Amino acid sequence: MNEEIIIAGFGGQGVLSMGKILAYSGVMQDMEVSWMPSYGPEMRGGTANVTVILSDSRISSPILKKYDTAIILNQQSMDKFEKSIKPGGLLLYDGNGITRHPERTDINICRVDAAEEASKMNSSKTFNMIVLGAYLKLRPIVTMDNVMEGLKKSLPERHHHLLPLNRDAIVRGTEIVKSVHEVSAS
Amino acid sequence: MKGNEAIAEAAIRCGVDGYFGYPITPQSEIMETLMLLRPWETTGMVVLQAESEIASINMVYGGAGCGKKVMTTSSSPGVSLMQEGLTYLAGAELPCVVVNVVRGGPGLGTIQPAQSDYFQSTKGGGHGDYNLIVLAPSSVQEMADFVELAFDLAFKYRNPAMILTDGMIGQMMEKVEMKPFKPRWTNEEIEQLSPWSTTGKSAARERNIITSVELDPLAFETFNKKLQAKYRKMEQEEVRFETFECDDAEYLLVAYGSSARICQKSVQLLRAKGIKAGLLRPITLFPFPTKQIAELAGQVKGILSVELSAGQMVEDVRLAVNGKVKVEHYGRMGGMVHSPEEVVEALEKKIIGG
Repeated sequence: MNEEIIIAGFGGQGVLSMGKILAYSGVMQDMEVSWMPSYGPEMRGGTANVTVILSDSRISSPILKKYDTAIILNQQSMDKFEKSIKPGGLLLYDGNGITRHPERTDINICRVDAAEEASKMNSSKTFNMIVLGAYLKLRPIVTMDNVMEGLKKSLPERHHHLLPLNRDAIVRGTEIVKSVHEVSAS
Repeated sequence: MKGNEAIAEAAIRCGVDGYFGYPITPQSEIMETLMLLRPWETTGMVVLQAESEIASINMVYGGAGCGKKVMTTSSSPGVSLMQEGLTYLAGAELPCVVVNVVRGGPGLGTIQPAQSDYFQSTKGGGHGDYNLIVLAPSSVQEMADFVELAFDLAFKYRNPAMILTDGMIGQMMEKVEMKPFKPRWTNEEIEQLSPWSTTGKSAARERNIITSVELDPLAFETFNKKLQAKYRKMEQEEVRFETFECDDAEYLLVAYGSSARICQKSVQLLRAKGIKAGLLRPITLFPFPTKQIAELAGQVKGILSVELSAGQMVEDVRLAVNGKVKVEHYGRMGGMVHSPEEVVEALEKKIIGG
């Protein structure tokens, strides 16, 4: 197993922390992981992205040009990364604020309206966990138990009372994700 | 754990006595982590934010003169400020560890990763004939492991050692296994391990002087010869490198640190296309794996030196190859990072097709 993921959106959407939780979950499952953030000036008020790789074997380059999966959370990232998905790969996006929907036909496209769902749950901070849930429904590469362990690891202890809320958000994500376009498996 | 955090944690665990630093992106997490972990309450390690990089390196000089395990960390512009201190440390034969988390230059440059400080790091950097021991980690695990290794080598040779890394390895997170805690050296141990250090003169011995000044040219030439003998011994005994898919390689990539990680993927991509490529990764940049590259030059059809620079390490690769096969450089600059695919394309264009 080797899954190469880019998560991209606005700073403050929880892009980096979502990637971190995914990476920690992989560690809990004895996988090799790498987490490579954009740390440049674009982070300060602009777009943020992180490359996460989970693998059964030693990871080579932590910076990539082509991805198995792109999780896209704003229009700028759609413009930048839709073309970077490998044919047959997965594009998961939140429709909120998207003015140009994905156009490729050689990849699987799924949509999760996480921003809308997070406001229904009265907690905008659960947004990234809803997206993570949606992703894990589509690519169950780590188990729910390991995700919760990963979450525990990456959340400071003073926030541990929020674990059940995050769990609910992940479950909600698995429920509301929907397929927009599918390519037949070759 | 981030690469920068791994350096901080490893420093505490290997019994470092003092850290002196000044914040600069992309390495500020090192001092931040040390401040967060508060080692002065556990191991007694001093962590101090100096007023500048120049102050940091001179605090290192003072600590090292006392036989203590001391270090500083910075990024390119800050390390440039430290060059005077580094040549004095080399001239006074003082062991210490300096970490350079390189960013794009010249000038204040960018905060994004680069490998354009190779010349400065491996060819001395300050004035005079001297070399630093230079280690180039290419994973977060090595960021942790090389702190102790750098101190071991620094004390073995009484010479400053540098960990040359960049924003990519510093900022990325990977799994890392930490070594168990080692206690800091006691004063008795320091006197025994470093009898040259200024620990306070007893009646039983002559006073120790830490200095790099010698006004008698003949005596100073003799001292320079001693330094050079030390560097030649490093070249004999301390070369470290790793090879990847080199056994049957027809084309060779040479890359260190972050570039070596990217090139591993390039080798996989090239092999998938039926091109027999291999990678040699220098782990020590000084001493450089000259012999190993020369040997591989007899086996391959061409070599591409890959570095996030305009082409610095390529000069050492060419010296090693000595005209046997074609050697070219490829690399993005100024904080841009080449992708594995771009390296593949460069090899095909510059070496295979060229």
